[in-house]
Amino acid sequence: MRLTGSEIFMKSLQAEGVHTVFGHPGGAILHGYDVMLDFPLRHILCRHEQVAIHAVEGYYKASGKTGTAIVTSGPGATNTVTGLTDALMDSMAIVVFTGQVPTAVMGCDAFQEADVVGTTRTCTKHNFLALKTEDLPRIVKEAYYIARSGRPGPVLVDLPKDIIMGRAEFKGYPEEVSIRGYNPSVNGHPGQIRKAAELIASAQRPVIYGGGGIIHADASAEFTELVNITQIPTTLTLMGLGGLDTSHPLWLGMLGMHGTYAANMCMVNTDLMIAIGPRFDDRVTGKLSEFGKNAKIIHVDIDPTSIRKNVHVDVPIVGDVKRVLIQLNAELRKIKRDWRSDLEEWYGQIAEWQRAHPLRYHQTAEGAIKPQYAIEELFRVTEEHDPIVSTGVGQHQMWAAQYYRSHNPRRWITSGGLGTMGFGFPAALGAQAAFPDKLVIDIDGDGSFQMTMQDLITCAQYDLPVKIFIMNNRYLGMVRQWQELFYGRRYSQVDLEVQPDFVKLAEACGCVGLRAERSGDVKPIIEKAISTPGPVVVDVVCEREENCFPMIPAGSAIKDIIDHGEPIPEKLFQGWR
Amino acid sequence: MTDPKHYRKHTLSLLVENHQGVLAKIASLIAAKGYNIDSLSVAETLDESISRMTMSVRGDEWVMEQVVKQFHRIIDVIKVVDLTDEPHVNREMIFIRVNAEPANRAEILRITEIFRGRIVDVTPMTYTLEITGESGKIEAVLELLQPFGVQEIVRSGTLAIARGSKTITKRDETKLRLASRKQAVAE
Repeated sequence: MRLTGSEIFMKSLQAEGVHTVFGHPGGAILHGYDVMLDFPLRHILCRHEQVAIHAVEGYYKASGKTGTAIVTSGPGATNTVTGLTDALMDSMAIVVFTGQVPTAVMGCDAFQEADVVGTTRTCTKHNFLALKTEDLPRIVKEAYYIARSGRPGPVLVDLPKDIIMGRAEFKGYPEEVSIRGYNPSVNGHPGQIRKAAELIASAQRPVIYGGGGIIHADASAEFTELVNITQIPTTLTLMGLGGLDTSHPLWLGMLGMHGTYAANMCMVNTDLMIAIGPRFDDRVTGKLSEFGKNAKIIHVDIDPTSIRKNVHVDVPIVGDVKRVLIQLNAELRKIKRDWRSDLEEWYGQIAEWQRAHPLRYHQTAEGAIKPQYAIEELFRVTEEHDPIVSTGVGQHQMWAAQYYRSHNPRRWITSGGLGTMGFGFPAALGAQAAFPDKLVIDIDGDGSFQMTMQDLITCAQYDLPVKIFIMNNRYLGMVRQWQELFYGRRYSQVDLEVQPDFVKLAEACGCVGLRAERSGDVKPIIEKAISTPGPVVVDVVCEREENCFPMIPAGSAIKDIIDHGEPIPEKLFQGWR
Repeated sequence: MTDPKHYRKHTLSLLVENHQGVLAKIASLIAAKGYNIDSLSVAETLDESISRMTMSVRGDEWVMEQVVKQFHRIIDVIKVVDLTDEPHVNREMIFIRVNAEPANRAEILRITEIFRGRIVDVTPMTYTLEITGESGKIEAVLELLQPFGVQEIVRSGTLAIARGSKTITKRDETKLRLASRKQAVAE
């Protein structure tokens, strides 16, 4: 059967089980969009390609299904670069198809031409340039396989116009894939697993430090079992949140730059870090030369390059987190040990840290709204819905991580590695597309939201009832916080006092707009927003200069963590003085 | 963790897919990670769908572990072997255009002979030499010829192959060799 490249492309997507795509048409990809009309594919037209990519990330993170985007050549493709980089950093399985000018004029500076394969080389896990129509089924198959296997990541397929318009024999979608340079290890090495179990059994002050790998591997049940068997206090990275229920008695809270005091102190004082699927990001390790100085480290990761990239590791285990945890738990169950009584002293120490340094804020009755209060109240009101929560990047993101205590995996969607402002709302849009009936909440900042807010209209068009809560302090809050703490309050380009009326903006885009201005408004407005059908934007007018604590200043050792209200050491001052 | 004082030269042999953009992927990675590459040479193997890259990289154990892992991470890279501590043979090749005034010609010829090189081009005032050897030998020739006035050099990257019967391509290359032999016999 001779078909056009576009037909082969659509049939391949169908065979791959793709039902929903996000994208934006244009000249070079026109033929693909024409053929799309004859296929039962749900296409969500985002108003900007960056939004489409973040939506696809949200779709993947919420559902675990590889997300798909289709955009045109040139600017369409270059607008995806931020999203691709974000997806690479946070291991999001997405496949992006970009139109391209015909092969005959590639390299000739044609209209809407960009060297997309070149541009995206370092921000994709892999990319393809299709040069023959008959290669399309194999390329699509490999693209999805590479995106979701091993350490998930973004894959881009560049589709020149003549390749999708040309015809070739379609012999069906390949059932199997074999790439000789790509065989991710899945099972952990049994010898290493035994070694890890022995170390765990003899540790006096162990801590389990879980990362995003738990979520990507759908291994939170196995992870929870590890915690239950060993009774070891557990912390998670920003990307790992949801890997352990926050109501678990051994939950320490998040670790890292704005993690809890107790979780961070455990990292300083531990004699054994059991790292399950994190990548030792600088926001977690702080000053590397001080990190884990007195600790042995076990590191489980599917990506060999993550191991020993930043820190010394005693027991590296390369493998899929879920498979390795099944192996490790089996090994640990054989060990006869009264886990709890051996750790009594350690528990006592941790309880002391938790008592002296809890997360805290002070909300006055009927005063200006503290963002922490608004988020905690949002949690209390919506907890029973088990919603999917996304965030932008900045102070509100850290407060959401601290106070929106999700119980389950794939309920927390945030831009961790790249820290992409403007991520939260599109990611919520994508998650809502994956789960039309679920409560999806975007906790955003006024700065972040303004980066991608034009796509409110997309939510209205496709009836995606996302609930957006803007923690509005009329500042680029995190930057302002750094300027306050480390640059002597010299505020440079952080004031967002002049901003759109978010309520009217919501209404202009076919959404409902609400506003909370005093602390007493918070609960009723949240309740109203949740019970209002369709997309809702809530402008939560917050206290302007609230700071996010605890904080480990960038480049400092974890032990130099600054808790609420403590003075900033003079040596951290980076200003003109 | 890593200390440039302990860096030494490593010879890596990579088998990669022989198609468009693979060299660029390798080069991007090297640039992005800031690895110290001294030389790189690329050519097809017996299996024309595979290219071999031989690369000289400087680093300590820590750096090299990351370099090898990072190359492995590229989907188009099929295999990476660090030959440095394995028995192996390595060679470089150099063309040297050197001033050859009549009075010096005999001496230059003698040096060329001692180093088992060849004169590949002659003009009234210059000789062009071709020398093959390990990098130490190349350096030695260059130093000896320096006094005569070296005008230009063209130097290849290192090529390396493991000693013994092991091949890093194993199946792929052997299969292909056998297939082509059979075909030759049939013809």
